[in-house]
Amino acid sequence: MQRFTRLFLDLDASTRTVDKVASLVGYFTDAPPADAAWALRFLSGRRPARAVSGRLLLRWAAAAAGLADWLVEECYHRVGDLAETVALLLPAPAAPRPLALAEVVRERLLPLAGLDESQRRALVERTWGELDARARLVYHKLLTGEFRLGVAKNLVARALAQVAGVPSAVIAHRLLGEWTPDAEGYLNIIATSAGHAADPARPYPFSLAHPLPGAPEELGPRADWQAEWKWDGIRAQLIRRSGTAALWSRGEDLVTAQFPELIVAAAALPDGCVLDGEILAWQGERPRPFADLQRRLGRVHVPANLQAEVPLLFMAYDLLEWQGVDQRARPLDARRETLAALLATQDPTRLRLSPTLDVTTWDELAIQRQQARDLGVEGLMLKRHGSPYRVGRVVGDWWKWKIDPMHVDAVMVYAQYGHGQRAGLYTDYTFALWDGPALVPIAKAYSGLSKDEIAEVDRFVRAHTLEKFGPVRQVQPKLVFELAFEGVQVSPRHKSGLALRFPRMARWRRDKPPAEADTLAGLQTLLASLQRAGHQAGTA
Amino acid sequence: MAGEALLVSTREGLWCPAGGFHIDPWRPVARAVLTHAHADHARPGSATYLTAAPGVAVAALRVGAAAVSGLSYGERVTLGDVQVSFHPSGHLLGSAQVRIEHRGQVWVVSGDYKTGPDPTCAPLEPVRCHVFISESTFALPIYRWAPPAELFAEIDAWWRANQARERTSVLFAYALGKAQRILAGVDAGIGPLLVHGAVARFLPAYRAAGCALPEVVGSEAAASVRGRGLVLAPPSAAGSPWLRRFGTISTAFASGWMQVRGNRRRRNLDRGFALSDHADWNGLIEVIRATGAARVLLTHGQAPTLERWLREQGFDAELLHVGFDDDGDGEALIEAELEAADGAGAQSATAAGRVVHPSPAPA
Ligand SMILES: [Zn+2]
Ligand SMILES: [Zn+2]
Repeated sequence: MQRFTRLFLDLDASTRTVDKVASLVGYFTDAPPADAAWALRFLSGRRPARAVSGRLLLRWAAAAAGLADWLVEECYHRVGDLAETVALLLPAPAAPRPLALAEVVRERLLPLAGLDESQRRALVERTWGELDARARLVYHKLLTGEFRLGVAKNLVARALAQVAGVPSAVIAHRLLGEWTPDAEGYLNIIATSAGHAADPARPYPFSLAHPLPGAPEELGPRADWQAEWKWDGIRAQLIRRSGTAALWSRGEDLVTAQFPELIVAAAALPDGCVLDGEILAWQGERPRPFADLQRRLGRVHVPANLQAEVPLLFMAYDLLEWQGVDQRARPLDARRETLAALLATQDPTRLRLSPTLDVTTWDELAIQRQQARDLGVEGLMLKRHGSPYRVGRVVGDWWKWKIDPMHVDAVMVYAQYGHGQRAGLYTDYTFALWDGPALVPIAKAYSGLSKDEIAEVDRFVRAHTLEKFGPVRQVQPKLVFELAFEGVQVSPRHKSGLALRFPRMARWRRDKPPAEADTLAGLQTLLASLQRAGHQAGTA
Repeated sequence: MAGEALLVSTREGLWCPAGGFHIDPWRPVARAVLTHAHADHARPGSATYLTAAPGVAVAALRVGAAAVSGLSYGERVTLGDVQVSFHPSGHLLGSAQVRIEHRGQVWVVSGDYKTGPDPTCAPLEPVRCHVFISESTFALPIYRWAPPAELFAEIDAWWRANQARERTSVLFAYALGKAQRILAGVDAGIGPLLVHGAVARFLPAYRAAGCALPEVVGSEAAASVRGRGLVLAPPSAAGSPWLRRFGTISTAFASGWMQVRGNRRRRNLDRGFALSDHADWNGLIEVIRATGAARVLLTHGQAPTLERWLREQGFDAELLHVGFDDDGDGEALIEAELEAADGAGAQSATAAGRVVHPSPAPA
């Protein structure tokens, strides 16, 4: 646990990629395979499920430290992280001893699921008695299911590649499949030969796009680029191997069970092929709003009526494997040609090829992009002709050229402490619009401000508090911010009756007095016009 | 308890009506009594200043030499109707608690204090009193400091690791007190030491006071420390062009605020060392108990928390508002800001921990 804790703290502390890779290489070179297996599992983002809630842990820690609950609560508000708060509050360990990571996971973490609350508490307290303060932080993160590390997956793959002497694309691919977190599983991942049985559901790492930073003309001639709609659904790989089909989402979760009709449709695909595309709620010739698709998510069983109400389509735009062979190094156009031929024989209500937009100038393309909102898509994707399918978020070959977000000027009315990196600072704000003489909260937002602006707003909040409600402060309605958002929908849960999609702060409107902020009526008008546009597009 | 208040809070700061003086006044007054020379306690413009003798030289750098006079620790002087004496608070060179006695009533103003060892100043001596006015910057049980020896070992290890990668170690620390304490605490055998001008200006006073500090160079000798030295700079130097002269750097901040990881991360520092010149939770309680005071007035930082906790323990505790609404890291922020404004430290606007004042919006 000491070694893994040092890795956790080193990764957490380093701001440079080379340092992170060096820490990872150091860890994987030294760690026993049984420990390395679990470390790799956690670093790959597969956190253990929560075994004890952070709240309960905090209560036990309060008792162990002999502190009143209110005091512990104040500590939590200051730290903003339950696992860290508990680690800072606990008294020194009574019987410190080194525990191996695999030992902690197998003997202290996994058994918790089968224990009742008092047995769990006893096991946690026993572990507290042995781990030092730093190792406890990591242990608490694992206990509460909050283990996260600021390290990109491709860095983990790069480090392992260095340790194993195997190309990092091979490691990345192996990591995506199912593997057992024990010494043998780990040794398979870093094995120099690929002789072990491949997991039939193993996807490829997704290629991701950056937002287009400037004008599209800067990309060079229009003819060098393939343009498609940017679909607003769930990015996924449809995998057809060994007589079965599977769906992996961008979050790298197996989502096969949630979309049975797509799995049925995939049965018509030949064995040994993997498609990259988007799961969409679809009707006729048009995607339905993302909110409809959301109704299908997170279910173990999908009732038949819901399948009928929200029909699904897999909109394919790339081919990663064909006849059992990795296609990623082939040029985009060659992959697309094979994909088009394949999909021509499939059920078009379930599997489709994402069409390209073939206008010849950037100006014409910009005009098409303006229809995006009416068509229910997020904008355009630009992919370089002839490019391979790359791993991760690589600059240069793929760009997303999204439609401009919508805007509203709103008044800040509440502020709350941020968490994690923003603990101890007021960074989470609630914004309101005018409804007659009253301000009605419309959205919460916490991103979009610079470090200096956050510090300034933080000072403002402290100096202009009207009332405190626990961690929340009601502030004088003085600051106006321009919020950008991607959509607005009716929401009976909100007092305003409306909810914004993806709201964030676009700009601090220091030039605007609060009285000139926008009105709720204005937002209702926007919603009505969007609904009209959607209806027209739907029936046209 | 009986008797009128020996100290009251006014616009100018803490005022002693019977003695005719202010303690750490925020605005110019006729007679100022200073607990210590930090910029949020020692402000220029008053007619005369009285502080503990070892602190005269550093206080004079803040407020102007002519007006500052000193009194040895423990020595008594009569001001107006009261007797005043200074007692070590362990915060930095010359820092003092101010004891005021009037007709058998004793009040003590703690100023800032810490209980841990520090070779650059006299250790704190608890003073028996009826009313104790205590700081409470770090009054939460999450703040329990590791022994300084452990922290210095970590700083040394970080410095050595940077050296191995040919990076200059840049450690941000408050220019007065913390920086000198670090100079005295690190292993100067590891490599050369360089200090920012804001730190350098206080070194002669420390050396004159008999403080053993290693040899240092100034920023004109940057080339000699590049890739191997340890640079001490005020937090306001973070992100400033001044740092460019050191080549590839690794940054760290030595402050009690570094106890919480989020504070380090949002300042985008490589490392944080929770080395504080303020008492931690246990230190505050230990000192308050040792004064024997039944009545405790609280200033700074986490005062409401400590107030509630002390009341639960049976103390007559109350908040004392002095001059400004300071919530949480106010003190650290203000200290950093004032250091930046101090002249030598004024560098860039992107400094870590600086207070940014809202510009008035056009009407
Ligand atoms: Zn101070
Ligand atoms: Zn202070």
